[in-house]
This record gives sequence, structure tokens and C-alpha cells, in this order.
Amino acid sequence: MSLLKPGHRGCAGCCDALAGKFVLDALGENTIVVSPTGCLEVFTTPYPESAWGVPWIHSLFENAAAVASGVEVALKALGKKNDIKIVAIGGDGATLDIGLQAISGAFERGHNFTYICVDNEAYMNTGVQRSGGTPLYASTTTSPAGKVSFGNPQHKKNMPAIIAAHGSPYVATASVAYAPDMIRKVKKAADVKGPTYVHVHAPCCTGWRFEGSKTIEVGKLAVETAMWPLYEMENGVVTNVRKLKNRKPVEEYLKAQGRFKHLFTMQGGLEEIKKIQAIADWNVKHFGLE
Amino acid sequence: MRRRMVVVEGSYAVAHAVKVCKPHVISAYPITPQTHIVEDLSQFVADGDMNCEYMNVESEFSAISALIGASAAGARTYSSTTSQGLALMHEALFNASGMRLPIVMTVVNRALSAPINIWNDQQDSISQRDTGWIQLYAEDVQESADMLPQVYKLAEDEEILLPAMACMDGFILSHVYEPVILLEQSLTDEFLPPYSPEFTLDTKNPVSFGALADPSTYTEFRYKQEKAMGVALEKIEEIAKEFKDVYGRYYGGLIDEYALDDAEIVIMAMGSVIGTVKDTIDELRSEGEPVGLLKVRSFRPFPVDAIRSALKNAKIVITIDKNISIGKNEGALCTEVKACLYNTDLRIPVIGVMLGFGGRDIPMSTIKKVINKAKLVEKGIYVESEIADLREDMA
Ligand SMILES: Cc1ncc(C[n+]2csc(CCOP(=O)(O)OP(=O)(O)O)c2C)c(N)n1
Ligand code: SF4
Ligand SMILES: [Mg+2]
Repeated sequence: MSLLKPGHRGCAGCCDALAGKFVLDALGENTIVVSPTGCLEVFTTPYPESAWGVPWIHSLFENAAAVASGVEVALKALGKKNDIKIVAIGGDGATLDIGLQAISGAFERGHNFTYICVDNEAYMNTGVQRSGGTPLYASTTTSPAGKVSFGNPQHKKNMPAIIAAHGSPYVATASVAYAPDMIRKVKKAADVKGPTYVHVHAPCCTGWRFEGSKTIEVGKLAVETAMWPLYEMENGVVTNVRKLKNRKPVEEYLKAQGRFKHLFTMQGGLEEIKKIQAIADWNVKHFGLE
Repeated sequence: MRRRMVVVEGSYAVAHAVKVCKPHVISAYPITPQTHIVEDLSQFVADGDMNCEYMNVESEFSAISALIGASAAGARTYSSTTSQGLALMHEALFNASGMRLPIVMTVVNRALSAPINIWNDQQDSISQRDTGWIQLYAEDVQESADMLPQVYKLAEDEEILLPAMACMDGFILSHVYEPVILLEQSLTDEFLPPYSPEFTLDTKNPVSFGALADPSTYTEFRYKQEKAMGVALEKIEEIAKEFKDVYGRYYGGLIDEYALDDAEIVIMAMGSVIGTVKDTIDELRSEGEPVGLLKVRSFRPFPVDAIRSALKNAKIVITIDKNISIGKNEGALCTEVKACLYNTDLRIPVIGVMLGFGGRDIPMSTIKKVINKAKLVEKGIYVESEIADLREDMA
């Protein structure tokens, strides 16, 4: 059985639950997990139950990287075996927004740990508010589409680049829709010495408004349209990308989700979709996806 | 037993005390007037005099967060901060106590901004009153140092498991050079057992820390924290006496008394102002004034019973606070002392005075003025709590 046990309270088809399971599949029982506040944390540990088959700690929303670094240092100080893998698993809000300073500090200090961002592109736990990971024009509860708005006006923050700029030896993007690829990357991240990072794309059926049975499908469309490029960086250099054979237009990805529906119904919406297509085109060029 | 006294800076005496307590992990962020403590500790580590991991983090928030992780992993931990740094930790302070992690921290008391001010008062730690941390206040440098093994023993007691602040007044104690006895390693090893918590982040026995408690269980978590504070209330005195047995020094447990037995006017205070109050009492006593001191050493847990019985014969109580609850015009000690007398037969007027904000000196003359004003009570005039040392152009 998986080390992330069944019976938790995640939505049916939950992306975060898949991500948590794949991380533990990759790392095994010799692992300590640190979770910031967010969906995965809340739905796995309704006291007195816990879905975690490994030691686990949740402290606050914005300090997972600092807590993880303290765990790492304590094990060193206590002379405990150094084959224990320490992993922080945080949402996009915990990672790109409120926890960024603690992450920066931990990566600068060079702790031997892995930070995994489970990016479902909004604050899901509190009801789908926008975050720094919310893509252009996604409608969220705090960036709703409306008569004079196409939804979230900002572009998604490029977190992997920020981490790479800290000199991390290994940074990768992954997707819950590509389990073997994700598991390989998480394993590799944990095996590489030093602070490493895996940014996992995680389509949230509840927040993005699609059927819970379509999580993998939507995740695949993100990759196939080049909205979510899969790549690995070693010491700041892109060393591996997942190439696209028959790239799909972004409309196919957008249409599958309620959060972009307004772009197809509002006047001028189709014109705005060109801006999203431009993001995909940039990804193709920048990462050499074709 | 005679032991050698050395003249060192207060911060050094404290850093040395930390060293002999052998924490596994220290994490801190510099802020005046705490800096000398962490600099001294850094030097100990750099010189190989201290076998511990020192984490230079990017903020106080990460300092306390890292110690939450380290403590959960089973390490003895230490930090020190003050003022803005302590305020920045606020959210994590609740978290540490809620998870029952016995982190120990020296708070070098300092005023809060704005206006920015680096000097001493006690607004910083008092503002963290309800975070679930034990708070003890030291009177002088020796006590600031001696407090550390005591609070470690208290915090790590398996019936307590609460984080603890050892508070010392900024500059007045942290930067003063005083003759002190540096804590001996051998005595500290005898006094303070190694930390061996039952629950840690252990891959052999996986447990979850920091779960979600809904309305059906949350209350009981708070209740258990309060219970643990109750145990601390009992053990503070016990541990202070054990400390006396091993090291030969004693500062009181929850409270301490000076010329209190027959005192009609009782001054209550915390921290370094105690020394000045004692000198003032000596002078007034020689003039026949029945003045005494009740030193509050433990602010959390608050020693309700001890204070009630110590004040049995008092006619007037004067509380000195280096903090204010703005909008109540009262300091915390005043409020708490009044509250602790209410459900009793004791009807003693409590006169609150707030002094020494932002490092303003509290000379004996100020304390004498305060006592004289409090005596108006004898004429049936009640004196409400006030900031008692305003500049003349304000008053
Ligand atoms: C300091 C603080 N601010 C706000 C919150 C409320 N809060 C809890 S979880 C959360 C959003 C989590 O978003 P994310 O990190 O993306 O995780 P997700 O739930 O989407 O998986 C917010 C805003 C909090 N717990 N603490
Ligand atoms: S809202 Fe999204 S991330 Fe949260 S439990 Fe539901 S599916 Fe999972
Ligand atoms: Mg999210």
C-alpha cells in the first residue's frame, strides 16, 4: 500500500493527493515530510487521523522551508543517519507567495533537502483565490472574470528560474499527469546533494472546474499545448526537455476548464486567447520543445 | 564552596550559560541589544568550543521556524531575540507551544517601534503573553545566566513540554559588565539531564505533528497546554531549589520577597528595576517607612496563589510596569495583580505605575515619588494607573 494512506478527505480526483502519493512512492519510508498549510496538509490530517505513513510535520503556511532546514540540521547535530530524505511539499501559495523568503533562505544556506511545489495555480484550501501561480486570465474568486475583466491579469511567476538563480544543483518541472516522469525526478532530486526543487503541475478539478475523472487528461493537455513545459535543470542549465510531437493549440487546454470559459463567451475573449497562445509559443522557443 | 568571579558582559555570561546547556541547534537573527549573545555563541562554535549546529537564517521568523523543525526532530534548541524580532515571530510562537516543543529563548527586552527605539522596556515579551510560552524575568546578570539551565529543565520536563522565554532587560543587563560566576559545565551536567523526548520525527516510528483539530478536539489541546502551565507553576520553585542545591544560588521561584514581612506598602516589579527598588527600600526603611518588595519572577505561569498569600498584610500595592496596554492605561502586571486579588477577601488598593519606556532611566527618586503619591490612598484618594515619569513639558 502507498505510504499516503487512503481515507483522507481530498476531493475525488484530487491532484494534491496524487502528488503526495507519487512523492512517497519515489522516496519510500526513510523520509520526513514537512507540509505548509494548504489542501494537502488539511485533508490528510484530521486529528486524530493521519494519512501519512512517514514522519510528518505541519507548522505554518509560510515557513515549511525553514522548518525543513531545522529538521535537517537537527538530524546532523544528533548524529542520526544521513540517508533520511527530507522533503517539503508546499502549494503554489505557500511556495511562490507567502513562503518565498523562507525558501530563499533555505536554498541559500544549502541544506540537503528537496522542496516540492504542488502547483494547482490558486489558493485552493481557502476557496480558489488567485496566487502568484495563477495563469493569465484564469477566473478565480479574487480575480473573477466580469463585465470589465478577463480574469487574473498577471502572468504566472517563474518559480523554477528563481530557484535556479539560487544555485540549486537540480531543478525540474513535472506533472501529476506523467507519474513515472514525476517519480523519477523526485527520486533524482532527493539523491542529488544540496537543496533541490521539483515544481509539479497539479490540475485541481474543484478549482479549475472540470470533472474529477479528468485530472490526468487536463494535466496532459497542459503539457501537449506547451502551457506546462517539462524540463530538468542541473546547476542552472537546462539538460533535458520533454519534446512535443504534435503540439495542440491552447484552446484545447482552456476549453476543458471552467476557469477559462469566459474567454469563449465574452466579447473579445478569443482575441485575448492569443496572449495565452503566445505564452505557449514562448515556452516552445525558450525550452526547445519542438 | 568558593568559586571564581569574573567581570564579563551580561551577554557573554548568558552565551556561556547557553554553551554549558549544550543545545544541539541554535538559530537566531541579529537585532540590538541581543546581538552580543549570538555573536559570542557564533565565536564559541567557530572556535570549536561548542559542539552544536548554528543556523544563520534570513529572519527571526525562520529562526523560530527552524527551531520548530529541529525540536520536533528531537534536538535541544536555543534562540535569542528582542523587540521587532520577537514580534515577527509572533505567529510561530503559538505554533511552537501548541506542538509542545520545549524551545528555549532569551528575550533581551526592548521597546517596540514606532518610534523606533533600541532601548529597554518590556513591551516585547509582555505582548507575547498569551502565546503559551513560559516567561521568567531576571533581575541581574547572574540570574539571567542562571535562568537558562532552569528553564531548560522546566520546558523539557515531560509533564510540561512548553517553550520558555528567559527575559533580561536590554542594555541594562545585556551590555553591563558585572562580576559573575560563569556556569560550570560539570554542575550543569549534574543539574540538567539530556533531552530525550518521547515523540520525534522518527522514521522508525512515524508520527504526525501539527494536525488539524476541529471543534470536537481543539478545546482539549488548549486545556492540556493550560494544565502543563499548571505543572510548571508547581515545578518552578522546585527547580529553583534544586538549582540552589547544585550551584548554591537562589533568586526565588515564582516570586521573591525583600523586606516584605511587615511591609505595608508593597512594590511589585519584574526585571532589572528590582535592584533600584531594593536600594530605595533600604533607604526608606532606615527612615522607618514600612516598604517592601514582591519580585515577580514568573509572569507565565502567573503565580496567583503565591501573590495572594504574599500580599496578605499589605495596605497598598504599587506595581511597576515597563509596558502599557494602550487604551487601558495600565501595564500588564497591574492588570493581572488586580485580577488575582478580586475573587478573594483581600481589598488592597493597587496603584499601577508605568515607567522606563524606551530605556528611560528609573532612578530611586522616581520610585520615591511614586511611593509618595501612592500614599494618597491613606487619605482616601484613589490613584489610577498612569505613566509616572513624563517629561515636565508634557505633564
Ligand atoms: C499567514 C496565513 N495567511 C493565510 C492563511 C490562510 N490560508 C491557508 S491555506 C491557504 C492557501 C493555500 O494555497 P496553496 O499554498 O496554493 O495550497 P493549496 O491549498 O492550493 O494546495 C491560505 C490562504 C494562513 N493559514 N496563514
Ligand atoms: S480543492 Fe483541489 S487540491 Fe484541494 S482537495 Fe480538492 S481537488 Fe484537491
Ligand atoms: Mg494552490
